[in-house]
Amino acid sequence: MTSPTEGPGDIGAEWLRTAGPDSDVVMSSRVRLARNLAGFPFLPKASREDRRQILDIARRNVLDAALAKQVMWVDLADSPTLERQVLVERHLISRQHAKGDEPRAVAVSSPDERLAIMVNEEDHMRIQVMRSGLALSEAFDHIDSVDDSIESRLEYAFSPRFGFLTACPTNVGTGIRVSVMLHLPGLKLAGEIDKVRRAAKGMSLAVRGFYGEGSDAVGDIYQISNQTTLGRTERQVLDDFERQIIPKVIEYERHARRTLIQMRRTLVEDRTHRALGALRSARLLAADEALQLLSLVRLGLMLNLFSSDGPELADVSRLMLLTQPAHLQKAIGRTLDQAQRRIARADLVRAEIDRGRR
Amino acid sequence: MKCDHCDNEATVHEVTVEKGKKLEKHLCEHCAQEQGLAVKSHTSINALLTKYVMSSASSQQEAVRVCCEGCGMDYAEFRQHGLLGCPECYSSFEEQIGPLLERAHEGGTHHIGKTPRRSGGSVDRQHMLAGLRRQLSEAVAAEHYERAAELRDAMRSMGHEQDAGDDDGGVGRARARSEDDA
Ligand SMILES: [Zn+2]
Ligand SMILES: [Zn+2]
Repeated sequence: MTSPTEGPGDIGAEWLRTAGPDSDVVMSSRVRLARNLAGFPFLPKASREDRRQILDIARRNVLDAALAKQVMWVDLADSPTLERQVLVERHLISRQHAKGDEPRAVAVSSPDERLAIMVNEEDHMRIQVMRSGLALSEAFDHIDSVDDSIESRLEYAFSPRFGFLTACPTNVGTGIRVSVMLHLPGLKLAGEIDKVRRAAKGMSLAVRGFYGEGSDAVGDIYQISNQTTLGRTERQVLDDFERQIIPKVIEYERHARRTLIQMRRTLVEDRTHRALGALRSARLLAADEALQLLSLVRLGLMLNLFSSDGPELADVSRLMLLTQPAHLQKAIGRTLDQAQRRIARADLVRAEIDRGRR
Repeated sequence: MKCDHCDNEATVHEVTVEKGKKLEKHLCEHCAQEQGLAVKSHTSINALLTKYVMSSASSQQEAVRVCCEGCGMDYAEFRQHGLLGCPECYSSFEEQIGPLLERAHEGGTHHIGKTPRRSGGSVDRQHMLAGLRRQLSEAVAAEHYERAAELRDAMRSMGHEQDAGDDDGGVGRARARSEDDA
């Protein structure tokens, strides 16, 4: 197995590349499809032997299908806890998938990590494609062809009435889950984050925060995803995002940023410069604190508030991931307790934040 | 911080401000999923199950004894966990979960999306068109014009201009779009 993490200098994670359309607000776009093999029970009723067979079938066919230049297969039951946690932080597997010792795996396209297929999570297969910025159509076209290619090799559980059959009835039908990760520090600073909820209201979309190590909402990062999978086509679900909700949210956030600059420039300058100062000089940093500070610096960069004194956006984005607990320990090369992590995290941030300027 | 409902670490947090009051929820991944932590319009399967069971208690009593031949799961077990046991469960419990799905999916009762190529023969297509037609008439009867327009779009994309009702279909669609843009 190749390691999914490179050194601190290189980062594969597509969702943190901060490139692509509208990436000042939209960090990443993701599409996921839930699929189950015909002829096997769903996982709640699957024996260990069933799971092993499903895993074998999936491995053979996913690897044979040549879905990317290079596909890395990770048997999670044999992986150390830290490796699994790294995959969670990279958004390649769910928290749930990281737990337990039942036969299960993830296949990841390498090195771009755009494609990930979880095997034996809640469904036999959960295929996911991720893109930087707002690129849902591209993500969907990609996942659609991956799905076709897998389906040409094995038989999915499907019914004409209910569509693709899933363990949980909330996913049945298309089995599609579209989600967009948004950076909304402007709305947060302006106290208008509720606008997002209102925009999503009546559309059966879920709005969630994205959370670090501790318990509080951090980083001003939000995720919006669909809830309805039956009775609508994949394109209709995508349309809700691309034509309605996301353009609205982008406009709200940009408007909030503009207004903040016009009306409360000093406040925004103060917050963003303080955040940068803290990152450059802190000796102890908690994961949540680091993410929140990085979020403010990202805002400062988007608003051109640092002139020539600012860090590179790529370094800020990279640190959003590298300051997460598992990545940090992997970079250091050993497990650390929470107190040790705070020291190591502050050291790492001081060493890396101005890497691109040197 | 602990989950509001169990001893697990809370990983999902939601703060809602309603009428000046701040409501906080701190849940573990599992409980958050159960609660379907989301905007209000979405109701989780478990919440739906509870409501549905309360509103039609007698028929559910019988349903509890229905057992899936594919995997041996009974309806009570599904109600407990919210997860089905095998693909056959969908036909075994079709009568029970039909109304449930309709609520969970905003009125959606039939699949109208992608079909596997392997089974993409004319029979499945006919099924899907039948389902579409039924949902369309339901949507029109309930005056859900936006949804009706979506269903017409879906029929059109399957190459059934005729079924989509060419005369009023275009108008209905244009209307829905302009309302959205307003
Ligand atoms: Zn809990
Ligand atoms: Zn069953």
